[in-house]
Amino acid sequence: MAEQEGGLVFHPMDQFIVKPLFGGDELHWYTPSNVTLWLALTVLGVFLLLVAGTRRRAIVPSRTQSVAELAYCLVYKMVEDVTGKEGLRYFPYIMTLFMFIVFANFLGLLPMAFTTTSHIAVTAVLALLVFVGITALGFALHGMSFLRLFWVDAAPLPIRPILAVIEVISYFVRPVSHSIRLAGNMMAGHAVIKVFAAFAALAAISPVSILAITAIYALETLVAFIQAYVFTILTCVYLKDALHPHH
Amino acid sequence: MEGDIVQMGAYIGAGLACTGMGGAALGVGNVVGNYLAGALRNPSAAGGQTATMFIGIAFSEALGIFSFLVALLLMFAV
Amino acid sequence: MASETETAAHGTAHGAADAAHGGAEAVGMPQLDFSTFPNQIFWLAVALVVLYLILSRLALPRIASVLAERSGTITGDLEKAEELKRKAVEAEETYQKALADARAEAQRVIAEAKAELQREIDEATAKADAEIAARAAESEKAIAEIRASALENVRAVAEEVAREVVALLGGKADPKAIAEAVSAKIGGTRA
Repeated sequence: MAEQEGGLVFHPMDQFIVKPLFGGDELHWYTPSNVTLWLALTVLGVFLLLVAGTRRRAIVPSRTQSVAELAYCLVYKMVEDVTGKEGLRYFPYIMTLFMFIVFANFLGLLPMAFTTTSHIAVTAVLALLVFVGITALGFALHGMSFLRLFWVDAAPLPIRPILAVIEVISYFVRPVSHSIRLAGNMMAGHAVIKVFAAFAALAAISPVSILAITAIYALETLVAFIQAYVFTILTCVYLKDALHPHH
Repeated sequence: MEGDIVQMGAYIGAGLACTGMGGAALGVGNVVGNYLAGALRNPSAAGGQTATMFIGIAFSEALGIFSFLVALLLMFAV
Repeated sequence: MASETETAAHGTAHGAADAAHGGAEAVGMPQLDFSTFPNQIFWLAVALVVLYLILSRLALPRIASVLAERSGTITGDLEKAEELKRKAVEAEETYQKALADARAEAQRVIAEAKAELQREIDEATAKADAEIAARAAESEKAIAEIRASALENVRAVAEEVAREVVALLGGKADPKAIAEAVSAKIGGTRA
C-alpha cells in the first residue's frame, strides 16, 4: 500500500550487502570487495592519524598530533587502570583493536559508506581473537590454576559448583555478546537512518524525517565512539581475568 | 496463504521483540541515573568510575541489541 | 484486488532487482549470508595484521618517544625555570645588600660630615665667644674708666660750681665740706 501512495521503498539492509568491488557476481575469498575497500580506508585513516600526523614529532603538537596523542593516552590509561602494569605488555594489541573499531565506525557513518563493523563476521573475528587469545594467555601464564577463575572462593561451599557452572556459561557467552553488541549497535543505527531516509520521500513528513535523521546521526556519532570504547574496555576487563584469575 | 500466516507471525513477533529495547532503555537510564546521583554526591570519586559506568551501560545495552537482533531475524531471515 | 496483485508484482520485481543487484544475496540480512564470510574474514585478517604492524612498528614507538621527550622537556624547563628563579632571588639579595651597604656608608659619611661641621661650628662659636667676652671685658673696662673719669670731672665741676656758688653768696667755702657734700650727692649714682 505504502509503495503505491508515496513511493516508499524500505531497503534498510541493502547498505550491508557485500559485493565485488570491480563488478561481477563471483565472490571468492580473495575477491576485492567493498569490504576490502573500507577496511583499506580504515587502515589508511589510522595510518594518516597516527603515523603521518605525528611525523614532525613536535614538542608542541599540531592538531592532528594532539588527537593521535589523545587516543594513545586514552587507551594507555585504560589498559593501565583496568589491568595494571602487567597489562601494558599487550597495549599494542588493544590499541590496534581500538583504532580499528573507531575508524571503521566513523568511516561507516559517511554517506554511501559500507560499515565493516556492522557485520557479524567481522566483529565475531575480533571477539574470537580476544577470547581465544585471552584464554590461551590465561592457561600459558597460570597453567591449570587458571580454571580457578570459575571457582569462586568467596562464596559458601555448597553454592560454588552452581556458581562455577554459571561462570563457565558466562565465560563462553562473552565472545557472543562482545561481537553482537558492536555489530548490532552499528547495524541498528544505520538501519534506523535508512528507514527515516525512506520516510523522507513523503513530502508531508519529510522535514520531520530529516530532523530525525540529523538527530540519529548525532547519536550514532556518539555510539560509534562509545562502542569502540566499550569493546576495548571489555577486552581489558577480560585481559585482567587472564592476568589475575583469582577473585 | 500459509506463507502469509507465517510472515504475519514473523512480523508480529518482530514487533513484540522490540519491547525488549524498552527494557534496555530502562536499564541504561538506571545505570546512568544512579551514576549521576552518586557523582553529584561525591564528585571527586566520579572520575574513576566512568569506565565502570560504561561497562554497565554496555552490558545492559547488549540485551536490548539482542532483542533488536531477534526482530531483524524475524523480519529478514525467517 | 487488482491493486493488491499489482503491489505483489511490484514487490517481487523489487526482490528480483535486489537479487540481481546484490548477486547471491537472496536472504534479507546480508550479515547472515555465509557465502560472504570467507571474503570478509580474509580481508579483515589482512587489515588487522597490517594495522598491527603499522602501530607496533611505527606509530606507538614514535608517539611514546614524543610523549617521553615532551615530559623530559617540561621537567627540564621547570628545572631551568627554578634555577633562573633562584638566580633572580640571589641577584635581588645581592642588590638589596649592596643597597643597604651603600645606605649605611652614606649615613656614616653624613654623620661624619655632620660631626666635623659641628666640631667646626663649636670651635668657631667658642672662639667667637671668647673674643666677644674679651671685647666685652675690654669695653667694660673702658666704660668704667670713662665713667670714673667722667665722675671725677663731674665731682670737680660740682665742687667748682659749689665753691663759686658759695663765694657768690658771700660765704667762705670750706673745700673739705664742699667735697663731702658733693660726694654725698653724687655717691648714689656712683655705684
